[in-house]
Amino acid sequence: MKKDILKHRLVPEHTILSKSEIKKIIKELDIHPEQLPKIKQDDPVCKAIEAKSGDILKITRKSHTAGKFVTYRLVLD
Amino acid sequence: MADIKSIDKILKKKKADFPESLIEKIAEASERHDLNAGELEELIDRIKKAYERATVEDGEAVGTVAAQSVGEPGTQMTMRTFHYAGVAELNVTLGLPRLIEIVDARKKISTPTMAIYFDEDYFETRFKKEDIQPEAEKERFKEEFVRKTANMIGKSSMNDILKNFNLNYADMNIVVELDEEKIIDKRLDRDDIIKRIEKAFKRVQIDNNMLSFEPSTSSKDETKIPIRELRLLADKVRDLQISGVKNIGKVVISKEGLEWVIHTEGSNLGSVLKMEGIDKVRTTTNDIHEIEKILGIEAARNAIIREAQNTMEEQGLTVDVRHIMLVADMMTADGSVKSIGRHGISGEKASVLARASFEETGKHLLRASIRGEIDHLTGIIENIIIGQPIPLGTGSVGVIMNRR
Repeated sequence: MKKDILKHRLVPEHTILSKSEIKKIIKELDIHPEQLPKIKQDDPVCKAIEAKSGDILKITRKSHTAGKFVTYRLVLD
Repeated sequence: MADIKSIDKILKKKKADFPESLIEKIAEASERHDLNAGELEELIDRIKKAYERATVEDGEAVGTVAAQSVGEPGTQMTMRTFHYAGVAELNVTLGLPRLIEIVDARKKISTPTMAIYFDEDYFETRFKKEDIQPEAEKERFKEEFVRKTANMIGKSSMNDILKNFNLNYADMNIVVELDEEKIIDKRLDRDDIIKRIEKAFKRVQIDNNMLSFEPSTSSKDETKIPIRELRLLADKVRDLQISGVKNIGKVVISKEGLEWVIHTEGSNLGSVLKMEGIDKVRTTTNDIHEIEKILGIEAARNAIIREAQNTMEEQGLTVDVRHIMLVADMMTADGSVKSIGRHGISGEKASVLARASFEETGKHLLRASIRGEIDHLTGIIENIIIGQPIPLGTGSVGVIMNRR
């Protein structure tokens, strides 16, 4: 059940970024991690992919306009 | 000849960062017109110019534009429209009331509803397991399964499966006869029903399909049971729920194309997704808070976009999705679904003056003075109040002089 939700049509792909990837995107976007949109730690998707607080998730959305769109969310504590 | 990879290469050379859909369109166009390498480069050059001209400039007030773009069609919407496209038996809130519900992020929406789909793969495995070969048999099996599931989801009470219902004042009991045919027709399990009845009523005698209920008495004198007591029991017996998922009322089975779909009144996504044979990819609800709880914040964002757009489109209005996407992004930015307005986004603005200028002016100014809040005057409204140029458009840039 827990993993099932990841297949749902409404749920885009979430991946946990590694330390080096975080550094790269923070530099690229020129922001602090706190300025990113947030996601709760007890969010069903966070639980399913076992993201910890302080992690940054890369979210690959299917977009009506752009086809594919990549965004990030910071996992809250 | 020009596949996506070669286009990517040219784009990299020209330092253009196009979205995926645009690249696909370029590939398609070059295929159709049979462009050679030079023509393709020319095309990309021109598209790059047009694309850069079309992007939003820094300092553009996208929020205000989005608010106006959603607000103006809102004035043309009908105040009250109730009907559901496809299934006439179900009432679903549409039009302006629905749009308000979405942006207000109501916890309790007025007409929650689900669309439940079935998993074709599950049917295939069942066909193999039970060795069902002919197409007609398969169809019959499917329909049977859908009806059974629908009855498991939809609410049925004792009243739906009774043949006889007698209030016996002489013996002070209620004699009830279950209707086997109705039970079979509803694809319910008789043993399960009996179990539920036994659980709900202590003083019940069961003899095949004849059930007799006696009111429980608090007084010791058994002969003096008030008639009122008996009548109350009668209502209780009739209303006993014998099947159904919590929070779901009526269900409507319909066939959309070649596929069976169940629409429900009321919604319980978590429980329905756990059921056997349900499509776990497409089954959905119109309750955004429920989606947030079961599928997460990103799914809630998608649901807001989908619901808002469907509501507008249903009324024959078109709003560019990007405005709705911005609204949905704002509503889900801090990890939970927030409303637009006093209790949500506008109420959480950092600036005191911005909040005070929106609603409840006195409250905000008083609280700010008690707490000693500081306003950094970085927003628009604050600067209008103060009488300074606003940090928007040309006002968002400053001049730094080289001191000598």
